[in-house]
Amino acid sequence: MTDKKENLTIHINQEWCKGCGICVAFCPKKVLAIGENGKSTMIDPDNCIKCGMCQMRCPDFAIFLGGSDS
Amino acid sequence: MNHPLAESYFRMDKLPHIWCPGCSHGIIMASIARAIDRLGLDKDNVCIVSGIGCSSRAPGYMDFNTLHTTHGRALAFATGVKLANPKLEVIVISGDGDLSAIGGNHLIHAARRNIGLTTICFNNNIYGMTGGQYSPTTPTGDKATTAPYGNIDKPFDITKLAIGAGATYAAKVTAFHVTQMDKYIESAIAHKGFSLVEAIAVCPTYYGRKNRKGSAVEMMTWLKDHYIDFKVAEKLPPEKREGKELMGEFINVDAPEYTALYDALIDRLKD
Amino acid sequence: MIKFLQGNEACVEGALMAGMRFYSGYPITPSTEIAELSAERLPKVGGKFIQMEDEISGIAAAIGASLTGKKAMTATSGPGFSLKQENIGYAALAEVPLVIVNVQRGGPSTGLPTSPGQGDVMQARWGTHGDHPIICLTPDSVTETFYLTIRAFNLAEKYRVPVILLTDEITGHMREKIDIPDPSEIEIYNRKRPETGDVYHPYGVEPGEIVPRMADFGSGFRYHVTGLMHDETGFPSNSTENARKLMDRLMAKTVTYRDDIIDYEALYTEDADWLILAYGGMSRSARAAVKVLRQKGHSVGLFRPISLWPFPEEALSALAGKVKGILVTELNYGQIKLEVERIACGRCPVEFLGRGNGEVITPEMLIETFEEVAK
Repeated sequence: MTDKKENLTIHINQEWCKGCGICVAFCPKKVLAIGENGKSTMIDPDNCIKCGMCQMRCPDFAIFLGGSDS
Repeated sequence: MNHPLAESYFRMDKLPHIWCPGCSHGIIMASIARAIDRLGLDKDNVCIVSGIGCSSRAPGYMDFNTLHTTHGRALAFATGVKLANPKLEVIVISGDGDLSAIGGNHLIHAARRNIGLTTICFNNNIYGMTGGQYSPTTPTGDKATTAPYGNIDKPFDITKLAIGAGATYAAKVTAFHVTQMDKYIESAIAHKGFSLVEAIAVCPTYYGRKNRKGSAVEMMTWLKDHYIDFKVAEKLPPEKREGKELMGEFINVDAPEYTALYDALIDRLKD
Repeated sequence: MIKFLQGNEACVEGALMAGMRFYSGYPITPSTEIAELSAERLPKVGGKFIQMEDEISGIAAAIGASLTGKKAMTATSGPGFSLKQENIGYAALAEVPLVIVNVQRGGPSTGLPTSPGQGDVMQARWGTHGDHPIICLTPDSVTETFYLTIRAFNLAEKYRVPVILLTDEITGHMREKIDIPDPSEIEIYNRKRPETGDVYHPYGVEPGEIVPRMADFGSGFRYHVTGLMHDETGFPSNSTENARKLMDRLMAKTVTYRDDIIDYEALYTEDADWLILAYGGMSRSARAAVKVLRQKGHSVGLFRPISLWPFPEEALSALAGKVKGILVTELNYGQIKLEVERIACGRCPVEFLGRGNGEVITPEMLIETFEEVAK
């Protein structure tokens, strides 16, 4: 977890996301939305500041900042 | 790739967990793992103990020595674990009903002894596992399946209860205020002596639905808007404090810890 | 070393020799001396004593301590025994070695706190909810209290079951001479632990072994312990097939290994026409009565279960087929009598002399009853 911020990207595990909408509602930059499948989706990656609040408030380990390779 | 925290501290084959969408329990459980990570604790030396209830299912997901006990008795089992092996960092996860109703006696006595246990109370104001009955922290007037006309009981303030009983570290925080939660849980685990973090959680499925509190997001928004640090509140004019709920680190003092006192007794008797 | 001890004190001496290093409990008459002596002695050997806030936490803390690898004990009497029941079931399902001493007193509820009783024998077997294995041993003297306490620890460690040492106010408070042996003369059984590096299935039994190996919390095996039905990995499972396998394995412990567990005393039973059956403190009166009756020309023997659960069924059954009758005497309204009737199965009459008022049945009362029923 020592990667530099610029190398990190938001990962969403659609299998684990229960669609509660907490990450979407409290994202300071409003870069997330609930998609058609009822799960969290990144809609504005350019404006994501990688603050990690979505990860901290996700009850389901479904959204997190990680390496951008995958 | 996988969630790095989950991969390091959780039993990946047990996830995703059983909790309902929007339930705060996963937020608090993750915060405990982050605190353990920051403190650099050896997983083999951490023991997580719980009782019965929604929150008490947490240890099954957590990759430590984990003990899922009987209803209300987590602190009593944990007292045995800690006294028998004080090297273990023992963390108790307990719901509001588990900790302050059926287990209330163990809470006050663990606090009184100042035994080095960390208790994280997942307080969602309701019995979730059994389907939404009122607990000792259900606010007066609120509805539950066993309070169909509104609860006439007066609720406990678990943090104050623990302080009154002798807890040397006690903090209250909400599932919305995750940064503070991380900080308090880390301090509580590092604290030598009995520590309690009361984490106010939302239960959209039972408490929320019964009391028309809206979605998980609406309930989290309520926490965001109503909880303020008591130190901030002290500086506010009375009209701005009205309707606010207080959180923060209410006590953090040093006092002799129980298992250390017992070990000193053993040393004294050697002479 | 010759000493003059109470049964309760002998229990602590036995426990310490067996390796007890943790005691947690709550004061209750007539068991309190066990807590008091444990409080004095345990810290001197590096062990831990804690007086908990209630009976429930008394057993809960002992289970927690046992999971860290310490041999743990708690002691109580009737009211406290009732309160401990839920966690006795926990220890049975989670297979946590533990010794629970119940120094029985008289009556239900608060009853007769300072008088003897034997009204908890069925509770010792079936007190907690759900089917479960249990071992229950009952001594009749101070010396036997010492040795059965050691045996209770050994059986708990060997079979990973809670073991109940069921004494009573008679043996608990009576003082007798006891010759405490050198520890080198005592056989001690310690639970089997997994080897470092093993793939550890905390509830899987290794081939050729009796019960799963038990890792100490903190020894590097991070595993899960729960009171829910669980599979071999220790995690909860709702599968009925898995629950059947687990329950079958647990319930078989006291059946498959009954010859190793069962203990009884048969005195003058070889030529006996009649048996007096007694256990615990009451067998002292029975033994005296049998001796007098034999002097008077009666062909009577004493049968004394030492393990109440599992009950020495085969030995008693063999005798029941030979004798003209069995007189059961116990300080209750006929709890073990039911078990004896079941085993005798109509082959001989089962007579009864019992009471539950805190009074001991004297040899004279037994002799009188015997001469009435065995005409």
